[in-house]
Amino acid sequence: MPSVRVRVAALLHSYTGGAAVIEVESGTAAEVMAALDRRFPGLAFRVIDEQGQVRPHMKIFLGEEMLRDLRTPVPPGSEIFIVGSLSGG
Amino acid sequence: MTQPIAPAGANAWILGTRKGAWPLRRPADGGKDWRLEEPWFFGCQVHHLVQDPRGAGTMLAAVRTGHLGPTVYRSTDGGRNWKEAGRPPAFRKKEEYASSSLAADDQRRQGLTVDHVFFLSPGHASQPGVWYAGTSPVGLFKSEDDGVTWSGVPGFNDCAALAQWCYNFAPGTPEGPKCHSVQVDPANPKRIMLALSGGGVFLSEDQGASWRPVNGGVAMDFAPPREDGSEYEFGHDPHDVVIHPANPRCWYHQNHCGIYRLDWKHGAREARWRRIGDNMPKDVGDIGFPMTCHPKDDKACWVVPMDGGTVWPRTSVAGKPAVYRTRDGGESWQRLDRGLPPRAWYTVLRQAMAHDGGEPLGLAFGTTSGDLWWSGDEGDSWSNLARALPRITSVTAARLG
Repeated sequence: MPSVRVRVAALLHSYTGGAAVIEVESGTAAEVMAALDRRFPGLAFRVIDEQGQVRPHMKIFLGEEMLRDLRTPVPPGSEIFIVGSLSGG
Repeated sequence: MTQPIAPAGANAWILGTRKGAWPLRRPADGGKDWRLEEPWFFGCQVHHLVQDPRGAGTMLAAVRTGHLGPTVYRSTDGGRNWKEAGRPPAFRKKEEYASSSLAADDQRRQGLTVDHVFFLSPGHASQPGVWYAGTSPVGLFKSEDDGVTWSGVPGFNDCAALAQWCYNFAPGTPEGPKCHSVQVDPANPKRIMLALSGGGVFLSEDQGASWRPVNGGVAMDFAPPREDGSEYEFGHDPHDVVIHPANPRCWYHQNHCGIYRLDWKHGAREARWRRIGDNMPKDVGDIGFPMTCHPKDDKACWVVPMDGGTVWPRTSVAGKPAVYRTRDGGESWQRLDRGLPPRAWYTVLRQAMAHDGGEPLGLAFGTTSGDLWWSGDEGDSWSNLARALPRITSVTAARLG
């Protein structure tokens, strides 16, 4: 199955068992997050709130581009970064 | 007060702070060397951490990191291991309100997101495994499986009047509006009380299906007097409200505008608060955050006055920290400052004072400057047990193995 690589920042490693890079099946960004959550329950809710929005201090990048719309397709072979944003101080 | 009934045999204080929770354990030999243990949830904000006084003593923690949002953790082994709730408190999606009768500008139609879980409360003794959680923005959530999964209480969260009660969820309180002081009446599991900052005190007599305000007699100095001279029914700012565990007809209340007591007459539907803070020294006043009640004596409680004048510094009045105690239901108050620093300007937040259920009753309060003060003689004297911790947001008693 075509897959994408997801790099997760250290603040989520407690959910991934320490894994920093995870491969999941490709799809939209929302589907990638859902696939991550199936493997690591609870992770998606730490990044996306109950209204389907990326939390204010989290960022999802596709390559170098910050994703604002989770319906964005994530092509096979591409890489997603989930990071905590710089929030001052 | 965040814990009207302490777990039996409590041997530790749990300090929830801006950067984690610290257990502070009483020495087994009864000596003076309390032991500050390594933190739980280091780096995360812990708004509240409560051990269930019923049964096996499950502990729940309301935890938030700056980045990852809010959640609830639970421990069934006295804090040795923690596991995140399988379904933390979360509001309904905005789409679910599309065909509701809520007003067009009701914020629930735009979609509310839990910013933090603020308050955790074990349910009635006859309902083991039931817990309630109050959140910011204001919301009430319930767990029926000992904190593993949480659902909104629809009678409250979907109530059309809620938007009026809580200023349409607008932030008015530092760090956001709050639902707190959730308590089930020990004498009647159908009777639930909660408080909104701002919004007022509310009561349900049908296990949360419907609610009504209980604010008669409470001042609201921050709103203009009504032209017809009537009282505001809601919109008040309760800081901490307690159903007295030994006398549930007696409620105590530290408000933004004074200290109050309410005595329900048998079978009455209405009751009015009486401002017992009028009996405090005038130069100290009756503004503060925590209200701590003796678990067996319904005439004894403790408050921590703060400066509510001018620009509301919220610090010790005149820079002279003191706890005040009443033993006669608020008719008179006694200043208790032996052992406390002569000058200090800290704040004691609403969830940062607790008792341990012991005899004599042990008391502790934490400060925004990260100090923990303890009294083993019901407040007559105070000792410092911890210094220089992060900002303390919550203090509770626990029984650790």
